[in-house]
Amino acid sequence: MTAGVEVGQKEHEDHSGSFLTRYVWSQDHKVIAIQYGVTAILVGLVALLLSALMRLQLGFPDQFSFINPASYLQFVTMHGMIMVVYLLTALLLGGFGNYLIPLMVGARDMVFPYLNMLSYWTYLLSVIVLMASFFVPGGPTGAGWTLYPPQAILPGTPGAEMGILMMLISLGIFIVAFTMGGLNYVCTVLQARTRGMTLMRMPLTIWGIFVATIMGLLAFPALLVSAIMMFLDSVAGTSFFMPAVMSLGEQLDHSGGSPILFQHLFWFFGHPEVYIVALPAFGMVSDVLATHARKNIFGYRMMVWAIVIIGGLSFVVWAHHMYVSGMNPYFGFFFATTTLIIAVPTAIKVYNWILTLWRGNIHLTVPMLFAIGFIFTFVHGGLSGLFLGNVVIDLPLSDTYFVVGHFHMVMGVSPVMVLFAAIYHWFPKVSGKMLHTGLGKFHFWATFLGTYAVYLPMHYLGFLGVPRRYYAMGGTDFIPESAQSLNASITVSAIIVAVVQLIFVFNLIWSLRHGKAAGHNPWQATTLEWQTPDTPPKHGNWGATQPVVYRWAYDYSVPGAKDDFIPQNVPDSAVEVTDKLAFAEAGK
Amino acid sequence: MNIWQKLTDKPWLAQPEGMDPALLQNPQQYWPERTALRFFMLTASVVFSLFVMTMLGRSQLPDFHALAGEPWLPLSQPGQLWWNSGMLLLGSISLHSALVLMRRNKQQMALIAVVVGWLLTLLFLVAQYQVWQQLAFAGFGFTSNPASNYFYLLSAVHGVHLLGGLIAISTVLHLLWQQQSAETITGRLSLCVTYSHFMLVVWLLLFALLTSPASTIDTLAALCGFSGGGYD
Repeated sequence: MTAGVEVGQKEHEDHSGSFLTRYVWSQDHKVIAIQYGVTAILVGLVALLLSALMRLQLGFPDQFSFINPASYLQFVTMHGMIMVVYLLTALLLGGFGNYLIPLMVGARDMVFPYLNMLSYWTYLLSVIVLMASFFVPGGPTGAGWTLYPPQAILPGTPGAEMGILMMLISLGIFIVAFTMGGLNYVCTVLQARTRGMTLMRMPLTIWGIFVATIMGLLAFPALLVSAIMMFLDSVAGTSFFMPAVMSLGEQLDHSGGSPILFQHLFWFFGHPEVYIVALPAFGMVSDVLATHARKNIFGYRMMVWAIVIIGGLSFVVWAHHMYVSGMNPYFGFFFATTTLIIAVPTAIKVYNWILTLWRGNIHLTVPMLFAIGFIFTFVHGGLSGLFLGNVVIDLPLSDTYFVVGHFHMVMGVSPVMVLFAAIYHWFPKVSGKMLHTGLGKFHFWATFLGTYAVYLPMHYLGFLGVPRRYYAMGGTDFIPESAQSLNASITVSAIIVAVVQLIFVFNLIWSLRHGKAAGHNPWQATTLEWQTPDTPPKHGNWGATQPVVYRWAYDYSVPGAKDDFIPQNVPDSAVEVTDKLAFAEAGK
Repeated sequence: MNIWQKLTDKPWLAQPEGMDPALLQNPQQYWPERTALRFFMLTASVVFSLFVMTMLGRSQLPDFHALAGEPWLPLSQPGQLWWNSGMLLLGSISLHSALVLMRRNKQQMALIAVVVGWLLTLLFLVAQYQVWQQLAFAGFGFTSNPASNYFYLLSAVHGVHLLGGLIAISTVLHLLWQQQSAETITGRLSLCVTYSHFMLVVWLLLFALLTSPASTIDTLAALCGFSGGGYD
């Protein structure tokens, strides 16, 4: 309860301590961020491998003896859940949120460092429990990443004995970890900003992470509630979600529950989750675009409002994932309307990114390539979302590859493009070394073109009626044989894209040792994380005194100023001006 | 500066030369624990709200039979639950008194009030467990019907949250024992009091819902759009 932002300075001056306390049981937000990041990337590689196994079966059916219908469904389930929750959420919020929030708002650390450390170790526990489910009798759950009852816990579904329980326990632990981390992020943004860092001077990265964290604190409870109730249905014999079921010729003890109730709960979490992933990505891509186009972000206030409005609206669109559940048509109408409305603030953001690039001094660096690539993939994914948001179009397409193509473009490739942009952009600050540009450009083009080769044809497969989730096509004679050729082509592309990611991992490891020294501010960026006295920043971030903020985060190419960027912590009196009149006319 | 003024700020314009940038910010108390508690209570509210919503939805399916409303139903005369609620209320009042006493610099009295509050809260949890046993003995075990499911589930979730509160109060006792500064103790204690009041309100709402007859539950369900036995 002490006033002032210098709180915490003293405890951060002490850089001593054993290796364990500095790098393992560390309470430094940067170390915790790297721990989150490395864990998320490793578990993400497992999910990538699972997707390659799925594609092998789809592209070349029945050629691989180790893939059977049960294991295929397990691959689908674990791939989906790991990618959405354990990779994207953890890396964007636990990784980048942890690293960037204190640095970008000028704080010395998170406001609760111990809780922050606890958050990571709890997350790691959730990952271990999830991975352990590969080794329990019956293997991991194969219920699909949405875990719909009743089939998720019924005999006959892969992993219905132990696998599903491990998944539910793991999700519960993850939510506890997220809550600890999330409270930290929100409180740090609200309470630990340095002098002069008003809310509207915060970089959009922080706005995105901030709003996404609040959304997570409100949405993850729905997953927790549904996980607890399904767990009880499975182990205690309750019937929250389980209707009366005949299984293998026998009447089970369950009766009267509603599977649709689970769907509502799941998607009340699931749709905000899309934006929990997307909003930090929106924020980070805005900062990368502005920095590498040497231009202030177009419509900063509108960008902030759009983030807040998208965050709010995302809680009233969930049932567009359930059009095929047999819901009341009036409900469908309501949710279709809200879904189309959310396209407005989203479109505003896309226009503003493009207008930021317009007449900018565009540097086609690796982060910029990924950021521009994101605009393409996001627009594609967004446009196909407009189709699926309409009930009459969604009904025939819902269970086809069109949906797989759509959500991978908007929810898979797009955030991953931003993650790559962000890693290439901030790696120099994290490590003090530049990533190799040549390898990076190869990584971008192979990933960008490769993912298009994977997901664009899926839309056509969807139009042909190729069903998703199927291990084999079976009696689907209406699908032409050429669809199989397309599937084989997608598989080859997917494996190429997967292998290329190893080049990225190699680049990370190689550059740590052999990369070019980055210096303090290699991109000549304005935001505070680039103004630290040390690179990588030391414990406590700012040396003796915290920075003072005099301007917003986007003073690039200010007319009349000598340099094409003015850092946030530089007062007007210290700016070298070549044309005073132009500088004054620019409002400076 | 209210939130609207903040959001309509024009951050690209320069601040007057020589002005302290801190003047642009609201002078606010640095008290992240309070902010965290507010957000945590928000999250917990969502958890309880969602459980209640699912209960209201589930109540419209034919096998749901409320636990109150008819003389033979166990919660029609919830005498024990009234006692339990009284304990929780007294516990909350006791903690509040401790805060008032701390502010009046009566540390010894405050210590006693905190201990009493802690014990009453613990007693509430034990008494709730007794209610579980009584219900099970009367044939309304956890899995006997959906209304029982929800009674046990909701009271358990509330109990778990209350256990967290007990741990927090224990840290206040530790601070009092160590004779830490009054400011530190008062700060921590006021958060515990807020949480304790919050958990009391949550319990009273749950108590009202769980002991409602079928007609009341049906009305609430209809108000929430659950009628006709579906979730569509």
